[in-house]
Amino acid sequence: MLIVGDALIGRIFREESGRSVATLIRIFGDIDLAEDAVQEAFALALRKWPVGGLPPNPGGWITTTARNRAVDHLRRESRGRELLKQRMVEPSDDGSRHEVEPVQDDRLRLIFTCCHPALSTEAQIALTLRLLGGLSTDEVARAFLVAEPTMAKRLVRAKHKIKAAHIPYRVPSEAELPERLPPVLAVLYLTYNAGTGGASGDRLRQEAIRLARAIGSLMPDEAEVAGLLALLLLTESRWAARFAADGSLVLLRDQDRAVWDRAMIEEGQALVRACLRRNRPGPYQIQAAINAVHADAASMEATDWNQIVALYDQLLALSPTPVVAMNRAIALAEVRGPEAALAILDDLALDEYHLFHAAQADLLRRLGRWDEAASAYARAADLAASDAERAFLFGRLDEIGPTAQQALDGPRRSSL
Amino acid sequence: MTRYLLSTYVVDGEAREPMTNEQMQHSWQEISALEGEMKSAGAWVFSGRLHDADTATVVRVSGGEVLTTDGPFVEASEHVGGFYIIEAADLDAALGWASKVTRTISAPIEVWPFADTAGG
Repeated sequence: MLIVGDALIGRIFREESGRSVATLIRIFGDIDLAEDAVQEAFALALRKWPVGGLPPNPGGWITTTARNRAVDHLRRESRGRELLKQRMVEPSDDGSRHEVEPVQDDRLRLIFTCCHPALSTEAQIALTLRLLGGLSTDEVARAFLVAEPTMAKRLVRAKHKIKAAHIPYRVPSEAELPERLPPVLAVLYLTYNAGTGGASGDRLRQEAIRLARAIGSLMPDEAEVAGLLALLLLTESRWAARFAADGSLVLLRDQDRAVWDRAMIEEGQALVRACLRRNRPGPYQIQAAINAVHADAASMEATDWNQIVALYDQLLALSPTPVVAMNRAIALAEVRGPEAALAILDDLALDEYHLFHAAQADLLRRLGRWDEAASAYARAADLAASDAERAFLFGRLDEIGPTAQQALDGPRRSSL
Repeated sequence: MTRYLLSTYVVDGEAREPMTNEQMQHSWQEISALEGEMKSAGAWVFSGRLHDADTATVVRVSGGEVLTTDGPFVEASEHVGGFYIIEAADLDAALGWASKVTRTISAPIEVWPFADTAGG
């Protein structure tokens, strides 16, 4: 018999709790009740499964047990009995403990509730990770660098608003999707990004990909959902190559491409091809296509930069932001040289963005303008979000040589 | 059904482009058409437009005595200019009415759920 340990149950919890919570919210219309009951069911699983073995359908067992727990709680109070009657939930007499059927789009309903535009982006992300990802409040707090009580308060307030304002629990209609889908995709994208630095990073990146995959299978006609999933997979495929042995960041140019995850690349590229056939481009699909071109190339030099610049032109037309213009300029440097790219960067208002200064520094370095490059690297390091990035930037500073470095001892000391 | 307050704000002393008689007529027609739509959908409970903030009076109890003073209670530069009270199945339905109102009056709308209706 399979040994059922805490680690296995933990994995099942991560994979199944979102579905169970979503199903119970549909049945009872109460988020707190659903969360508590699913927690209780897993606590019971932790006691029962190591002794009696894994049930044939662990997810179904959790949902059914949680549902019966919730019914038991509700029957003990008169308001609860009223709710059961309203919601037409049968009492859980021994005879009727049949398995609860999850409805395919329970999780879809829930993510649209969590990402309702009436909630702040912070609340949307926190709710999604808590209810669909099964992360503990503490895990969510650490991922976004806030104290646990602050995150707990944020979650309580958001759940209260859902209840008090009657934010609906349903999949929006076709006509509403253009307004309602973007915040869902943004939450997954931000979750992935939060996982690229800081605590519980692996967990967040995996969760973002898992949820994007789930939504992709529930909304197969939405090209941007497929585009987002492809973008996340193609970005994640390079994860292992992104860090040197000392933990510092390795740029695309210098990455060992043999380390890239081929399975993720193939899945991502297949999605990009399907998107191209559909011909309904959107920002996520275009970013995925850019990453697909990189994944095709055997080296930086062998990359089809003209194609990448053309895709950035398309992206810039759809989302004309300074960050997109910056990334387009970086690609353009490979076609028309660093000077042309620098001229574009000079006009962008991104002074607080560390990657802007890192890009300028790289272009200046390639032009042999050492002093300017050094001060741009120093400014980038000052603003950098993660240790890996700072380590990379200081590495570059060391390469540039002692002349340029003298001017920089100040900022370097202060940020170390 | 949940009851919602849709309230709109006016900025004190904000010099709005004065409307021509024709514009005023048109705006009034649009507003009453929307109110008619709310009524036939069973959503309308009550609505009203208020005079400027300098017509408001505050009454409060201070040391056991009732004290009456001039002016709105909240000292802000924006004040409630008008409101609708509606009934809607959920927030999305309320937001649907709010978008129609904001299009008609060209001012932002705040949507508040009432605390004392079923389920609230």
